[in-house]
This record gives sequence, C-alpha cells and structure tokens, in this order.
Amino acid sequence: MTDTAIDKIAQRTPTRVARKVRGLSDRAIAWLFVGPTIFLLLAINIFPLIWTVYLSFTNFRANRPNREVEWVGLRNYERILTDSDIWLNMQATAHFLFWTIVFQVLIGFALAYLINKKFRGNDLWTTIIVLPMMLSPAVVGNFWTFLYQPQIGLFNYIIAFFIGADPSSFEMIGSVTLAPWSIVIVDTWMWTPFVMLICLAGLRSIPDYIYEAAEIDRASKWRQFWTITVPMVLPFLMLAVLFRGIENFKMFDLVVQLTGGGPGSITELASINLKREAFEKWRTGYSSAYAIILFVTVFGLASIYVKALNKVKER
Amino acid sequence: MIKRALLMATAMSTAGLMGANAAQAEDLTLCWAAWDPANALVELSKEFEAESGHTMNFEFVPWPNFADRMLNELNSGGKLCDLLIGDSQWIGGGAENGHYVKLNDFFEAEGISMDDFAPATVYAYSTWPKGTPNYYALPAMGDANGWFYRKDWFENEEIRAAYMEETGQELREPETQMELMQIAKFFQEREIDGQTRYGVSIFTERGSEGITMGATGALYAWGFKYENEPGSYDMEGAVNSPEAVEALEFYKELYQCCTPPGYTDAYMEQSLDAFKSGQVAMAMNWFAFFPGLYADPNTGGDTIDFFVNPPQNVAASTLGGQGISVVAYSDKQDAALEYIKWFAQPDVQAKWWELGGYSAHNSVLQGDGFEESAPFAGDFLVAMDGVQDFWQEPAYAELLLAMQKRLHDYIVADQGTAQEALDKLIEDWTEVFEDEGKL
Repeated sequence: MTDTAIDKIAQRTPTRVARKVRGLSDRAIAWLFVGPTIFLLLAINIFPLIWTVYLSFTNFRANRPNREVEWVGLRNYERILTDSDIWLNMQATAHFLFWTIVFQVLIGFALAYLINKKFRGNDLWTTIIVLPMMLSPAVVGNFWTFLYQPQIGLFNYIIAFFIGADPSSFEMIGSVTLAPWSIVIVDTWMWTPFVMLICLAGLRSIPDYIYEAAEIDRASKWRQFWTITVPMVLPFLMLAVLFRGIENFKMFDLVVQLTGGGPGSITELASINLKREAFEKWRTGYSSAYAIILFVTVFGLASIYVKALNKVKER
Repeated sequence: MIKRALLMATAMSTAGLMGANAAQAEDLTLCWAAWDPANALVELSKEFEAESGHTMNFEFVPWPNFADRMLNELNSGGKLCDLLIGDSQWIGGGAENGHYVKLNDFFEAEGISMDDFAPATVYAYSTWPKGTPNYYALPAMGDANGWFYRKDWFENEEIRAAYMEETGQELREPETQMELMQIAKFFQEREIDGQTRYGVSIFTERGSEGITMGATGALYAWGFKYENEPGSYDMEGAVNSPEAVEALEFYKELYQCCTPPGYTDAYMEQSLDAFKSGQVAMAMNWFAFFPGLYADPNTGGDTIDFFVNPPQNVAASTLGGQGISVVAYSDKQDAALEYIKWFAQPDVQAKWWELGGYSAHNSVLQGDGFEESAPFAGDFLVAMDGVQDFWQEPAYAELLLAMQKRLHDYIVADQGTAQEALDKLIEDWTEVFEDEGKL
C-alpha cells in the first residue's frame, strides 16, 4: 500500500507538533480555524462600534488629540434629539426614503412584469434597463446636474416641451420645492433596475403549473395576478425594499454630487449632515452619538421588517 | 602659479559646495490650492531648485476640496507637505494644534522682518494670537474679493443711453453696493448682440466657503462686526445688527434679481465661467484670478475692467490670500525654511508679482510704477487697505460651516428672515465658543 500525500506530510511533521495536534479536541481545532476570522471581526467591526459608543459620551475631537477628553454623559444625545435642524434632516431622509421606495417598487415591478413576458428583443431591453445601476453614483450625480441645468439641461427641455414653459423658468436642483424630488428622480432612475431584477427572479420562480391550474379553474388574468403573482413575488419584493431602504437610509454620494445637500439644507440627508459633523467640523463625540442614533434607528426598523418578511415567507 | 592655485581653490570650494548641496538635497513638497497662482509658483520655484539643489514637488488640490484635504492631512500628522500655503483662517488651528512651525527665531536669525510686508497681510496670514508678534507663516499671496465687468458693454453708447433713460444716471463702475444692484438689474435678461445677458455672478456655494465669502463682501460694506469688542466673543448686537440684517437682505435680493438661472451653488469657477461665456455684465471673484482674466483672448484685454468691492456704509473687502508655513510633521524642515528664506527676498517677490502671484512685500507694493503695472494693481492696493477676514479661531471650520448653512438657508433656499438667520448664527457660534471654553 502506497503512502498518500497526507500520510507523507504527517510523517514529516515533527513528533512534538504531531503530539500537540493529536492532543487537541475537535472543538479546539474548530476554534483554531474560526479564531482568526473572529479576531478580525472583533477588530474591525465590534471594537470600533464599542469605541464609538464610548466616544458618544465624550467631547472628543479627532482633530485635537491633545485636548483633554471630558465625559459629558448624555449631553450629545440630548443635543441631537432636541436640535430642530437635525429633525429637518431626518424629515428630508424620510421623504427621500419613502418616495424612492414607492417609485422603485412600482416601476421595478411593472418593468419586471413586462420583461417576464416573452417578446422579441427581451434580453436586449433587460440589458438596457439594467445599465443605470452599473454606473458609479458619482458619475450619475455629475451628469444629472448637467441634465437638470436650467439653461442647457435636457431634462428641463423635455419637461418644458410637455408643459409648454420656458426651460429656464424652473430649476430642479435650485428650487426648494423641486430639489427633494430631483434626488428622488435620479435615485429611482438608477436603482429601479435593481428592484426589477429581484422581482424578475420572483416572477420566474413561480411554476407555470399554478397558472395552468388557475386557467383550468377559469380564473381571470386579474385574479391570477392578485392571487398568484403578487403573493408569490411579495417576499422578493420585500427583500428589495429592505435592501433599498437600508441603502437609501445611508445615501450620501449621489445626493452630494447632485445638490450637496442644498439649496440651504433642503436635501441634506442625515448621512450628509453626519459627515459634516464628523469630518468637517470634527465633533467626533457628537457625531459618534449621531451615528449611534442612526444605527439604532436603522437596526430597529430593519429587525421589525425582517420579522415581517419571515412571516410573509412562512405563509 | 598663483593663478593655478586660485583655480584649484575655486574648483575645490565649488566641488565642496556642490557636494554639500548634493548631500543635503531634499525632495520638498509644497501644498496649495489648484489655481492660476499655483502655476506661477511652479515657474518661480525653478529658480529655487537651481540655486539650492533641492527638488520641488507640488500637491495642488482643487479649491472645493482644499480645506478638507489639507486639514485632514494636518490633523492626522501627515508628512505629505513640507510647506503649506494654507488659508488665512487656518492659522489659529495651525498654531494651537502644533501643525505649523513657529517662525520667530528663524525670522530673527535670517533677518526677515515682518515690517517689510503689508501690515494687513502680516496680521491676517502670519500672526496668532491675532496681532501678536508670534509668526507661523510668511505672507505669500495677498488677495481680496473684487469685481470685474464688461468694459465694452459699459462703453457701448446704445447701452449707456438705455441706462441713462432707465435710471437717469451715467453707466459707470458702481460706487456703492446699491448702485451695483441697480446696474445688475439693468443688465438682467437684457438682449446684447442677440443673446440674453444677466446682471452679476456672485458666490452662492454651499459646500465649502463660497456663500460666506460672497455675502461678507456685502456685510463688511455695511459695517458688519463679529464682536462688540475684539476678543470678547460678545456677538449679540454685532453679528445681528440692523446693518448686518440690511446687508444680508441686499445680498439675497442681488441673488434673486440678477444672477443667471440655476446659479444656486456657484463659487470661483462658476463665476469665471459665467463671465467668460459672456453671460454676465459683472462678476465677483478673488484678485488672484485677475491676471488670467485680463489675459483671456475673448473677454480680457479691452473688454474687461476691474473695481474694488463697492462700499455702502464703509469701504471694506473680504480677505483672501494665504501665508506659507512649514509643516511641523515634516522631516525636511531645514530645507523648507530655506525655501521661505529664498521666497522672502525682494527680487524673488518682484518676480512673483511679474509671474501672476500677488506679493505682499512692501518693496513690490510700494515700488515705483506698481499701480500702473497691471489694470487691477491699483484696485488691489485699495482693497488690501480695507480687508476683513472671517474668524481665524482653531474652531474656524465649525464657525464657517454654521455660517454657510445659515446664509444658504436664507439666501438661496429662502427660509426665514435675515434677522432669524443671523440670530441663529449667533446661537451656533455661541455653542462653538462654549465648547471651546471661550465663553
């Protein structure tokens, strides 16, 4: 019987080491393998989180490392939660979050429904529709600022053509009323394909025989849609909402490129304000408290949502 | 024989010097904003390289990211920059946080006197605490916010007649802020050479410092003060004085009445673009850009002229410009100091002005024929006589961002009143100074 490669390595292993390894339990070996990963996780995820919690109770500033750090208790939290400007940022975030999700779900599902029907050029259209989500948010933000430009922007010309107004008579990103919608439009343009793809996966997972059975039962297309398609796609749709919700709650790059949070602070989402506090004003303690509040909010909402999602799946 | 010995001695001493230079030759990095004067400095520094044997590298960052990038570099103790031409407002933080090398001993040892530089620039760019003889920078680039306009339109007889008919006055360089608005209104949406033109391009940018630098041009002209008594941090009644409210209302009206469409987030670059593309009759910008504007083949030369920020209650301009500092984290401080010594020389300063930099050296500013050396040189001198700067406190970034927000909310987003904006600004600033332990 010839020795295998493992046997050869085992034979070459020094006796002392071999004895030590033989002495390890399965549990210990498992820890040996998992240990480095856990250590890394602790180092780059858990420790910063705990450190952030600690900093949130101090007046620490990262740009003044030599300044004495004072324990300020809940003062940072109190300031944030009683600051009317921060609540305006939260309102702007909620507006952005709500409407982007509504539009992306409706349009994404509609597109997926259409794409799911077999027609000529189906694959080509799918590729074209998916293109925006492949672009960099910074690029998208930049070129939409040109599209929105009141004097030369294509968007204004198209809208002006339909409503019969002068293209330079309105400003999308400069107007207090239109700016919040301008960021919703761009995000919807960019990320609807993502929702569409998830919905498409859901639609294609519905077995044909269910529709065939419904046909035999003489169920109308409308009834088939509401009793078969929607319930079976719903878990996928909810997953898409979860992904987009979390992403848009921390939306930064696209909006910074488009409006920079302006005009004034009309489109200053929570994440933009947080960045200003943390890395422009360098209020590290204050911004840590702000980050913790945002984290708890998104974690709490996401947990409730995931529970709801699981219930839908179980049905 | 003597000749041979002399030749040998010369050769040996030259070799020795070269050897010494070669041994100490350093790769220096100078950090600044990416703009026209930076290119002039690259040209100027070639002489330093030839004289010293050091190599100069440059790190130029576009203005909108300049403060972020450089302050992060300083705060992290980075060694990227050996020399930094930092904004005047950074001097407090640079000094108190130990980012900049204090230059007093060096100036004394090398015979560099601050009396040789324009007092306003020494005060603004070099000293901390303000006005004390503690120097952290050498005035490198004098600058202020000024104005330029389409001279060809102002001299056009048809346009002049139309202006006279509309206002009953001669069309001329505005002598007050209100006159500036009157002219801007006249040009707004006026057809000239078959195109629609607009009144002014002003600063409205939200992200960095734009709208503050623009609006303070009006605020200072109305007599705005940051404190009732310098150093007291007592702002109530100064920051929100009736004059300040009036000035802010003026700037908002100027924005609303007379800027091109979509002009909601404009700073230096957008102002230059609006003027060069022939959209506006007048524009505000830093004097640093004026040499480039004058040299522009389309809108420069005879078609452009310049004027100082017009007074309203007082003559005053917003200060720009920077001093050059040695970064405390640099390992090449000796070579960096050598650069400053070289840069402080009157002949180098004269060449700096020739190349397009704004020297703050008295030998240049008070030299014969300075005022005639460029069409904007006289205006520059006038402007520098009345410059005012933003807070230069270590917490300057917080103070600035608060003002950016309050001004943009009021002027561009049309939220609240000028009085409310300034009252809120005092609240913000008070909070900052309380955190700083100054109140």
